[in-house]
Amino acid sequence: MIRDITLGQYYPVDSVLHRMDPRTKLSGTMVFIISLFIADSVPAYLLATAFLVLAVRLSGVPFSFMVRGLRAVLFLLLISVSFNLFLTPGRVLFAVGFLKITWEGLRLAGFMALRLIYLIIGSTIMTLTTTPNQLTDGLERGLGFLNKIRVPVHEISMMMSIALRFIPILVEETDKIMKAQMARGADFETGNLIQKAKSMVPLLVPLFISAFRRATDLAMAMEARCYHGGEGRTKMKPLHYAARDRTAYGVYVVYLAGMILLRWKLI
Amino acid sequence: MSIKAEHINFLYGQGTAFEQYALKDVSFQIQDGEFIGLIGHTGSGKSTLIQHLNGLLKATSGAIYYNGENIYQEGYDMKALRSRVGLVFQYPEHQLFEIDVFSDVCFGPKNQGLDPEEIKERAREALGLVGLPKRFWEQSPFELSGGQKRRVAIAGVLAMRPEVLILDEPTAGLDPRGRDEILDELAALHKEKHMTIILVSHSMEDIARYADRILVMNHGEKLFDAPPREVFRHYKELEQVGLAAPQITYIVHQLREHGVMVPDDITTVEEAKTAILEMLQKGGGQS
Repeated sequence: MIRDITLGQYYPVDSVLHRMDPRTKLSGTMVFIISLFIADSVPAYLLATAFLVLAVRLSGVPFSFMVRGLRAVLFLLLISVSFNLFLTPGRVLFAVGFLKITWEGLRLAGFMALRLIYLIIGSTIMTLTTTPNQLTDGLERGLGFLNKIRVPVHEISMMMSIALRFIPILVEETDKIMKAQMARGADFETGNLIQKAKSMVPLLVPLFISAFRRATDLAMAMEARCYHGGEGRTKMKPLHYAARDRTAYGVYVVYLAGMILLRWKLI
Repeated sequence: MSIKAEHINFLYGQGTAFEQYALKDVSFQIQDGEFIGLIGHTGSGKSTLIQHLNGLLKATSGAIYYNGENIYQEGYDMKALRSRVGLVFQYPEHQLFEIDVFSDVCFGPKNQGLDPEEIKERAREALGLVGLPKRFWEQSPFELSGGQKRRVAIAGVLAMRPEVLILDEPTAGLDPRGRDEILDELAALHKEKHMTIILVSHSMEDIARYADRILVMNHGEKLFDAPPREVFRHYKELEQVGLAAPQITYIVHQLREHGVMVPDDITTVEEAKTAILEMLQKGGGQS
């Protein structure tokens, strides 16, 4: 159940995208997101599709696996599409009672749906091909310049990687506590909403306590190993750009330029 | 009344590339009122096995009979099974959640749907059985010491009045005194209440002292199933699977190598003491 969410999951295979520097992937994702927001015509979406297809092919992750992650946001997608479909003024295509569907609404809803789906697939590719550790490494290096304006980049990325690291541990812990309470006759499945919420108390209280216990233990262990923040800290595996990263940046520039030209009708 | 396991297999991650046997063709039978010791190295399948006995995990294949009834048959009441086969997990104090000790112990019987008076009666009885002094009953369970917390958690399972009590390393992380107290209480439960007890432990001394019969697990398979004397006679094989015999067994074998012919199936210090004293008396009579 918890394991079905593919957003934020890592898919361990060896591919061009997997080997790419996390900073390159982060900027690629950023470029793609920006481009989606400036796209407003069919050719622009075709170009975005081409970029996405290229990324999917290079990622080595089965496409069906990525689409699975979309199910989680299907509801959100439906709401935004129907709002756009029914509430955009313009030339009426057909009307049922007070509900009117307009040409403009249809166009907008279509673009909106595509934009959302692309956004999700785009960021899913990022997390599927990058381990949480690489990701925070990339963030730390990529955003290092923020240190100059006193943003504690290292501390934030450390918090992020610890949080990500603890997800599987807490999932396991949940499983264990659930079983222990089931052995005492607890029932997590049946009952109405209020009963179900109440039955969560024997699960959540021990879970919180154990999370706090683990947090203090970890803090102690880090201090025992002289952790004192990011200052003067070196990496065991420093990030290096390779040829493929330079190629990728080249592709980004061409792609973004194309999107800008299409937006402001320069070609 | 008994527990019977027939050819239990349990696969982890079925249908994925990470498929792995956690249990492989395990069969055994446990009679009413027995005290069973379950030993095996870390990851040998002990914890997986005991979770099958109260239906928390379902075997991939094989069958488990409780009092002659197959627990996997259609419509079997798992909730009732779980209150009859009480399972105390490792570090059970991590499951405490109520505002005071007494309410936490009431959780099990409350889930059984008993009436309030009966619930309280059972909680009082259970707390008495684990020997927790009354002054702790109204305290928050989180303010107690490790040993006391563990008692509360064991009482939480005992309050359901199970017929079989399974404990997964109930003494892990306790000081020697806390350990002996908990084990003695278990022995008393076994003797006075004739409760069937299955004890998972890494302490061969404890197992030798309390268990009538030992099940040894190795890589998901049952290696031995015999009384302590016989199992510990195979101490060399036990060492090969990451286990050992009680210290005294080694001393006895050393003595025999030096020509002191004490019996070779001694597993506790008391037995060794009696045997050696007997020998000395005999020897004294001869000279």
